[in-house]
Amino acid sequence: MMKKRSLISINDYSKEEQINILDLAEEFEKEPRQKILDDKVIATLFFEPSTRTRLSFESAISQLGGKIIGFTDAASSSVSKGETLMDTIKTVANYSDLIVMRHPLDGSARWASEVSDVPIINAGDGANQHPTQCLLDMYSIRKTQGSLDNIHIAFVGDLKYGRTVHSLVIALSQFNTTFHLVSPEELKLPSAVKKYIKDAGLNYHQYTDLNEVMDKVDILYMTRIQKERFADPIEYERVKNSYILKNDMMENTKENMRVLHPLPRVNEIEEAVDKNPKAYYFQQALNGVFVREALLAYTLGLK
Amino acid sequence: METKRTELKVSALENGTVIDHIPAASLFQAIKILKLDKAKNQVYFGTNLSSQKFGLKGIIKVRDKFFEKEEINKIALVAPTATLIEIKDFEVAHKGKIDTPETVENFIKCFNPKCITNHQAVPTKFKVISDNGEMKLRCRYCEKTTTQATMEFN
Repeated sequence: MMKKRSLISINDYSKEEQINILDLAEEFEKEPRQKILDDKVIATLFFEPSTRTRLSFESAISQLGGKIIGFTDAASSSVSKGETLMDTIKTVANYSDLIVMRHPLDGSARWASEVSDVPIINAGDGANQHPTQCLLDMYSIRKTQGSLDNIHIAFVGDLKYGRTVHSLVIALSQFNTTFHLVSPEELKLPSAVKKYIKDAGLNYHQYTDLNEVMDKVDILYMTRIQKERFADPIEYERVKNSYILKNDMMENTKENMRVLHPLPRVNEIEEAVDKNPKAYYFQQALNGVFVREALLAYTLGLK
Repeated sequence: METKRTELKVSALENGTVIDHIPAASLFQAIKILKLDKAKNQVYFGTNLSSQKFGLKGIIKVRDKFFEKEEINKIALVAPTATLIEIKDFEVAHKGKIDTPETVENFIKCFNPKCITNHQAVPTKFKVISDNGEMKLRCRYCEKTTTQATMEFN
């Protein structure tokens, strides 16, 4: 029997394993429809709705020929009757070969992996981890820049609460990366995450003005700033427009520069930017399908 | 004529354990961690005793009780300076420091209100990490760090 290999946190996989996943994803990009999950049943358990992530997984499973069972939010499942996560997972593990799960509580995916007999892929556990997003971001950087080393990357927006940003900063600290951190004062990157950069002997620079980094970076990673993150609504009104990307700001950027965004976007990238050849966020979302195909194959021990 | 006592008189232990050099502020936490508040043994304790090394210290004596290493090491979280003395037949049979455990299970609550361990019947598990001398606990589940200031006991 193949070893069960859940993916809960990006740190569960070594740097070599992460690169291996990216290489596999490259294979799937060339040939996305391989019927390797023909005889497999994959459960997608979404205890909270996340349409984008769920559809990306379900597209990946379908393209590989797998069957899908599951639910799209807790209200339509036995959870609404008060069933514990352990009982749901143990039951569904009897019906499936692998479980993809999204859950609103931090740490739920790790707990599920301890009680499940089949591998778990974490599709987001509260504010904690979302490792498939992290891998698809790494894939998009490598694909557009040719390498994960010697990259100047700017993270823009909410760097304090953004789970996606934290995971990606930690993952990129394994490579020779220079970090440019652009955020309002109250949404700066937490020191616990900066520690990863420092411990790796890498450099970071902090800014409050987006214009200062535009000509410096290879990757511009935009995120959404949410109003509810501000204690003072006046402060939100003051900063909300300073982190909006517009086409005229792109003029003096490097030729190889690409704009990434985990989506959904609200207004932090003007729609006119979508046509700019440096906008990459929709391709980034497509890359998510190839990365998830690679992860399904890898966690099931098929590749 | 009765002589004036200058020290608290506590009968010497024939057999049992003395835990000395507990920071005074942590004494009651240490008692709780070792479940001595529920023990049937004779337990003596003192607190706010002056100590040359530690300022104010606490001390616990438990009659007819010897702790397993992993049990006693739990108090390292609140009393890393504690000294352990085991008494057999009125003599010191063993004297030593307590060791900081690598992991801590069950008896501490994760401070993160959104952690699965605070919502469902999931036993807590932490990795003990040292950050500039302060002992902190990293939750196996939510990966958040509980500090001394946010530590609560189950």
